[in-house]
Amino acid sequence: MSTVYILWLRQVKKYFRARSRIIGALGQPLLFLLAFGFGFGQVFREAGQGDYLQFLGPGIIMMSVLFTGIFSGIDLIWDRQFGFLKETMVAPVPRWQIMLGKTLGGATVASFQGLVVFILALIVGFRFHDPWMLPVATVFVALVAVTFTSLGVAVASRIEDMQGFQLIMNFLVMPIFFLSGALFPLQGLPAVMEVVTRIDPLTYGIDGLRGALINTSTFGIATDLAIMLFLAVALLGIGSYLFERIQA
Amino acid sequence: MNVDAGDANIITVTDLVKNYNGFTAVDSISFTVERGEIFAFLGPNGAGKSTTISMLTTLQEPTSGRITVNGNDPTRKKDAVRKSFGIVFQDPSLDDDLTAMENMRYHAVLYKVSGDIRNARIEELLKFVELWERRNSIVKTFSGGMKRRLEIARGLLHHPKILFLDEPTLGLDPQTRNHIWSYIKDINEKENMTVFFTTHYMDEAERIAERIAIIDHGKIIATGSAGNLINKTKTASLEDAFIALTGSAIREQEAGNLDQLRARGRMWRMHR
Repeated sequence: MSTVYILWLRQVKKYFRARSRIIGALGQPLLFLLAFGFGFGQVFREAGQGDYLQFLGPGIIMMSVLFTGIFSGIDLIWDRQFGFLKETMVAPVPRWQIMLGKTLGGATVASFQGLVVFILALIVGFRFHDPWMLPVATVFVALVAVTFTSLGVAVASRIEDMQGFQLIMNFLVMPIFFLSGALFPLQGLPAVMEVVTRIDPLTYGIDGLRGALINTSTFGIATDLAIMLFLAVALLGIGSYLFERIQA
Repeated sequence: MNVDAGDANIITVTDLVKNYNGFTAVDSISFTVERGEIFAFLGPNGAGKSTTISMLTTLQEPTSGRITVNGNDPTRKKDAVRKSFGIVFQDPSLDDDLTAMENMRYHAVLYKVSGDIRNARIEELLKFVELWERRNSIVKTFSGGMKRRLEIARGLLHHPKILFLDEPTLGLDPQTRNHIWSYIKDINEKENMTVFFTTHYMDEAERIAERIAIIDHGKIIATGSAGNLINKTKTASLEDAFIALTGSAIREQEAGNLDQLRARGRMWRMHR
């Protein structure tokens, strides 16, 4: 357990030491909240869908959890290239503990980033409906964080360097975000989009968070929770499987 | 402990081979290292020095051949072997964003050195490499020599039986090199710790190592003390002996790759 803890601690310490990075990472969600929230607000209301900022809030919170989570996982490439991973790999500890510590550390950081964006959204005008549902919201954030940090670790275990980074950004991270229903309702979509949005793992995280924060959800909180729980465990498994096979 | 621990040889390698997609990096080498000895692998770039160390230290699996490190096979009893050695890698392997102390603590936790012993040992080692005053500084602010000293202190933290050093003084100035070797010789004498190092500095091999294996193109072409090798080749110095044994052709180096990567690393960090 001490191995998992020290790897977790390292990840968290590194995050809080890079204050400029935390602030930098808030620019994008703020821009999305302001530009989309207020830009599309009128259209959304006229279409009879209510307040767009309310709808958008959970989507943007999860966007920053997704990005921070994946990048914390992919960070592994740097540990590999700049030697630090070797120090960890020759230590007499099981590899899965290393992976678990790193992933939980990355997920903690991603969840914290989600919390900061949540506060940012409150400042901009977002309102949640029931404080008793905040623990449920936290669970969804944590599950999404674990899922995508694991995905980052899995990807980083398979690619050798950052050359594949643009590819990952454009063909993995961006589609996961844009096809998740973070920005638009999941009802009344064209058939292809209907299928694609339901394959996207982030969809269920955002739907669950909407259920918890603004009391509207497409699939129901219980279904979302079951699916996210399954995904988090599955990706943790895949991530540690691929991590064990790294030849340093 | 195990039955072989009393063996005079702490490392035994027999017919060791490593192939990478058709390229033979290590070509059927055999050698032994005695307990308490300072042993050097001397060879040009790409001779197979680092690959051999990777196999001895469980990081890579051999294609064929047999290895025993402190009585255990690194392909089967990984953790038993891992506990027995400390290592300083060719490339820096510290976490630059953490302090010297935090790097030491991280290592202590991974190697289950705990409690009071941990703090006392860390203090002792940091004083030994003269970094105690800087223990709370972020490693990023250290010079190359300081980083190396910290890596050596870290490698010694769990009282290893063997210390592996892969080109430990590469890129350091002569003063720092002397400094580092004086620590290592000191520990070797005091704790009877075996030292296995690779280098392509002749003078280092000659001055420090009790026995030298000259390796080239993945093969060991000669083994013996420096004096021994000089006599065998009827030359005047180890450098002449080395040239006589390995020829004078210049070795191709894979250049640029890591530099490019570092540049991309900086970009990546700036964009986050």
